[in-house]
Amino acid sequence: MTEANPFSPSAHELSKESRARLAQFGTLTVSIFLLIPVALILGMIAYKAWPALSWAYLTGDVTRSGAAGGIWGPLMGTFYLTLLCLAIVAPIGVLAGIYINEYAPDNQLTRTIMVAVTSLAGVPSIVHALFGLGAFVAAMGMHKGLLAAAMTLSVMTLPVIITSTREALSSVPKNFREACWNLGASRWQTIRTIVLPNSFGGILTGVILVIARAAGETAPIMFMGAVMWLRIAPSGPERLAPYGLNDEFMAMSNHLNLISKDIPGMPEQMKFGSAFVLLALILFINGIASLVRLRLRRRKRW
Amino acid sequence: MHPTHLEFRNLTVRYGPKKALDDISFSVPKHSVIGIVGPANSGKSTLLKTINRTLEFIDIARTEGEVLVDSVNVKEIDNVYSLRRRIGMVFPLPVGLPMSIYDNVAYAPRRMGIHDKKHLDELVETCLRDSVLWDEVKDRLDLLGTKLSGGQQQRLTLARALSLEPEILCLDEFSIAIDPVTTMKIEEVLMRLKERMTIILVTNLTQQARRMADAVAFINASELIEWGPTGQLFTAPKKEITGRYLNGDFG
Repeated sequence: MTEANPFSPSAHELSKESRARLAQFGTLTVSIFLLIPVALILGMIAYKAWPALSWAYLTGDVTRSGAAGGIWGPLMGTFYLTLLCLAIVAPIGVLAGIYINEYAPDNQLTRTIMVAVTSLAGVPSIVHALFGLGAFVAAMGMHKGLLAAAMTLSVMTLPVIITSTREALSSVPKNFREACWNLGASRWQTIRTIVLPNSFGGILTGVILVIARAAGETAPIMFMGAVMWLRIAPSGPERLAPYGLNDEFMAMSNHLNLISKDIPGMPEQMKFGSAFVLLALILFINGIASLVRLRLRRRKRW
Repeated sequence: MHPTHLEFRNLTVRYGPKKALDDISFSVPKHSVIGIVGPANSGKSTLLKTINRTLEFIDIARTEGEVLVDSVNVKEIDNVYSLRRRIGMVFPLPVGLPMSIYDNVAYAPRRMGIHDKKHLDELVETCLRDSVLWDEVKDRLDLLGTKLSGGQQQRLTLARALSLEPEILCLDEFSIAIDPVTTMKIEEVLMRLKERMTIILVTNLTQQARRMADAVAFINASELIEWGPTGQLFTAPKKEITGRYLNGDFG
């Protein structure tokens, strides 16, 4: 009588195997389902926006309260708003992330800081808008304009940079730091020569994601100087830098918010055109972040 | 008899409520090898951390007593970085920094401000030769330190430790993660280095201490049980527990 092959599966193992396959198939199906709404949204917007898209549309002025013309003004506004926000939030956020991950001792102050960062992340954007109004415009006397709006966006996006910086820094193994400390390097020398160069990619990714977030937000800038229409210089250097720091401005997110209400005589494709441009912009920026992340993962040094 | 290089006086270290070292006192003469032996978790690694003050990176650590290098209390040295540069440290787990082999060895000198290429070239070669790694890597000095084998990374760590010509070289169970051949090579290196520096060898391998150390200190459960010349401790220890540990009965 030949012995049963000890490696052949028992009934329990067979049923476990089929349950494992079911779980794998189930999660795969759900993941594929996620793609459907994304594809539908993009497809529909692109289809309806198509007739309106043209170079003239992108570079032309907003006319007739948005019912006609182009979106140059809002595009410039979003560009400078995001640039300004980044200039403020990137240095502060990265330095704060470095402090929290590399220096902060385990004490009450540090715990308080962590609670503050987490709480800030949970604040709804409309509350950030009211904060900006109260703190920057009312209390500090700033004008409702580009700078105040950028500062409001900075406060809103600060937790994102802090968190992504911390994650990037903590992905550098602790024993590298200890090796350097034992060689007589100071904490800062170690951070400058080992930790930062090896976490640069993660930090950059966080910064890029903040760009996408700032570009798409409308609530914080709604009462901070974003307006429906402004006269933009038709040509010359002012066309490329239409807004001063204290000036009111137009922005893509706000523009979209306003034109999605009923504007008499506005062709539908223009509404979708604006939506498409904003969406394409954000997807493009997120795409760059993904590429950066991918490239840097390949260059892993340990 | 050589003068005292390192001395511990009533050193007690606590991690919060827990005592890691309890009233440790002994001294180490210059250019000798002292083996610090004891079972795991007895406090041996903590002892090394007090010498170069890297214990300060642990928030909850508290020390009482003194550690003296050349009769100077290490806590009274203003520039803690200069202290750390005088003491070389090798850890149990090999660490290759994520940079080229050349940059690994040149790391400490560069932080000190040495950037002259010729000087660094010589320094790197000397240290790699001293740690018996030169022949294996001399043609690929730009290879990432993290890509070397465990034994090679441990020798690289030794080369880094030697790059600032330390007076005291501390090794914390350096051989536990590497192969026997590399262990032997490093042991030979240490016997040569003894002429230039004082060596503190923390180990759980009693035979390694017997081979290499002039004196041995036995630490068990945070207490210094006994210390003295190697021969005396191994053949005629004063405490019974010392004899049992060195014999391999526990630990």
